[in-house]
Amino acid sequence: MKLTDLLLMANSSLFRNKARTFLTVVAIFIGATTLSLTNGIGSGLKAYINRQLGNLGNPHSLTITANAKTASSFNSSGLQPYNPNQTRIVSAGGGPNGSHSIVGLTKSDINKISKIPNVVSVQPNYILSPDYIALSSNLAKKYQFSLGQIFGTSSLDMAVGENASNSSATPEITIPTSYVSSLGFNNAIQAINKTVIIGMTNALGQSHSFQATIVGVQQKTLVGSAQAYGNLTLINELHSFESQGLPVAQEGVYASLTAVYKSNLSATGLSNLQATLTKDGYTGKTIQDRVSTVFTIINAVTYVLDFFAIITLVAASFGIINTLFMSVSERTREIGLMKALGMSKAKIFTLFSLEAVLIGFWGSMLGILFANIIGRVVNSITTNGFLKDFPGLSLLSFPGINSTIIVVVIIAVAFLAGALPARRAAQKDPIEALRYE
Amino acid sequence: MTSIIKTNSLTKIYGKKSSAFTALDNINLDIKQGESIAVVGKSGSGKSTLMHLLALLDSPSSGSVIINNVDSHKLSIKKMDLLRNQNFGFVFQQFFLSPHESVLDNVVLPLKIAGISRSERKKRGLEVLEAVDLADKSKDKAVNLSGGQKQRACIARALINNPTIIFADEPTGNLDSITGQMIENLLFQLNKDKNITLLIVTHDDDLANRCQRQIYIKDGSLIKEQ
Repeated sequence: MKLTDLLLMANSSLFRNKARTFLTVVAIFIGATTLSLTNGIGSGLKAYINRQLGNLGNPHSLTITANAKTASSFNSSGLQPYNPNQTRIVSAGGGPNGSHSIVGLTKSDINKISKIPNVVSVQPNYILSPDYIALSSNLAKKYQFSLGQIFGTSSLDMAVGENASNSSATPEITIPTSYVSSLGFNNAIQAINKTVIIGMTNALGQSHSFQATIVGVQQKTLVGSAQAYGNLTLINELHSFESQGLPVAQEGVYASLTAVYKSNLSATGLSNLQATLTKDGYTGKTIQDRVSTVFTIINAVTYVLDFFAIITLVAASFGIINTLFMSVSERTREIGLMKALGMSKAKIFTLFSLEAVLIGFWGSMLGILFANIIGRVVNSITTNGFLKDFPGLSLLSFPGINSTIIVVVIIAVAFLAGALPARRAAQKDPIEALRYE
Repeated sequence: MTSIIKTNSLTKIYGKKSSAFTALDNINLDIKQGESIAVVGKSGSGKSTLMHLLALLDSPSSGSVIINNVDSHKLSIKKMDLLRNQNFGFVFQQFFLSPHESVLDNVVLPLKIAGISRSERKKRGLEVLEAVDLADKSKDKAVNLSGGQKQRACIARALINNPTIIFADEPTGNLDSITGQMIENLLFQLNKDKNITLLIVTHDDDLANRCQRQIYIKDGSLIKEQ
């Protein structure tokens, strides 16, 4: 017997008992909806945080520091020996435990890291302290601000415009939404392609102003700071000016570097890369490393919610077992006839299993559809309601892969539930079944 | 004439030891191609058990059934399923039609099980319905047929795979005498025209006497053969 015939037969047998089938499908439907929604909350939050990670920098980048232990760390084993060739004390930060020093990185480190396979580019993390930002057409109003760098291709969450491009030869800048009205724009769209002036003072006490074009306005975010980001052209101009007059020992020495790796690098490729860095005496951390705890918590919460949804599914699967047992006993004669006419046990088993699978299929499809509708309604209410301050956050999201997994899981559960009645059908003795009157 | 089914000291015992019940005892038969045979006996005599064993629906406790010169003990379950599907036709007293499916769908069930394509099924289904004079009812639901029409649909289903033998278990048992007569005529006509072997289980002497050979069963034993 062909699979399509088995499927049609299973389907028509389900339709023969519409009310019973409907009720069984409803039970699965409730389970599927619940599972979809609990999963949707997890995915919604994770998707939002992933987008926000763009605001912390290029997602395919590693922040690299020298691996040497610092003397004042709590867990360090005493003082580290001094090595005049390698170690350069670059900064001293104050704190409750006193100041501590870190090992700086230089051009030679940049060259060395650039040569590691899969590394696309390496840039120093400059610490820039510009004096002010002002609109070129309104220089009277100057504002304090902070300026960040972008590494490789940037993926900040933009409200309008684009990310600043490191490959562009003209100085480009993006500003956060909060700068828009201060700088005198009515809305974010007005700001695009306007020129701003950035004021800077170097160690020699000289002042200079630089021009940059606004290419994008960044969405309000939950993580990351509200700062402007400049492209490489702008940052290099500013840095070369600011570093004039620095003590020789501090010139060309950086606290940390950012390495951009290939965006198609696999997880194992990434950990190999990190291992190579560790071997060479560096520590390379991804943004994900830095926020992994947040994901762990969201995952844990999602799993707990999913667990409850699975319980509803287990309850629903008993409905399937019950329905199929009824179907098998009602169709005893039909089973007997089919066996007498040469249908194999395996095919009888498949026939009844398919009934269960179809119940699972319809229940899960309708459940996911319904969850998507609920998701739309809830999202539109919450984004205008208590989540108003988090633009871009959808409470519920239903990625295709998750929905597919849910359908597959439910079909598998339905199949397992159907296995027992289907087995009973397959085991029926054709003579007994035909004698049954 | 070639023999299509032979039995060799066929015995069937139900239950075990103290509660053992011998349903069939030491039956030796030789059924030739194209014969019409009646298995006659009272209810409980073992005639249905004999048919089930011959049709490979049940397996004997001892002895053997030899089909086309092959011992059924040597056949795999798959081969037996195939044999029943392609060489045997079944006609039952209670018809066993799916009431809410069309007559055509009921009739093509053996082809469906064999995995024949939909278009081929329809073509052959209409052919056999034509042969039993039911072509105009092909789209009707089985539940709406009269008793005689149901049994004709049953015969069409038994015919669809061009069987070498038709097993008919009390084919006229649920029919009035006139329709019963018509069904008998149809079966014997098929026997004559298509050389299909007929094995009819019945307690109706009139029907039995229309067959070439009668096998009388009583308490599981073959008491008379003529």
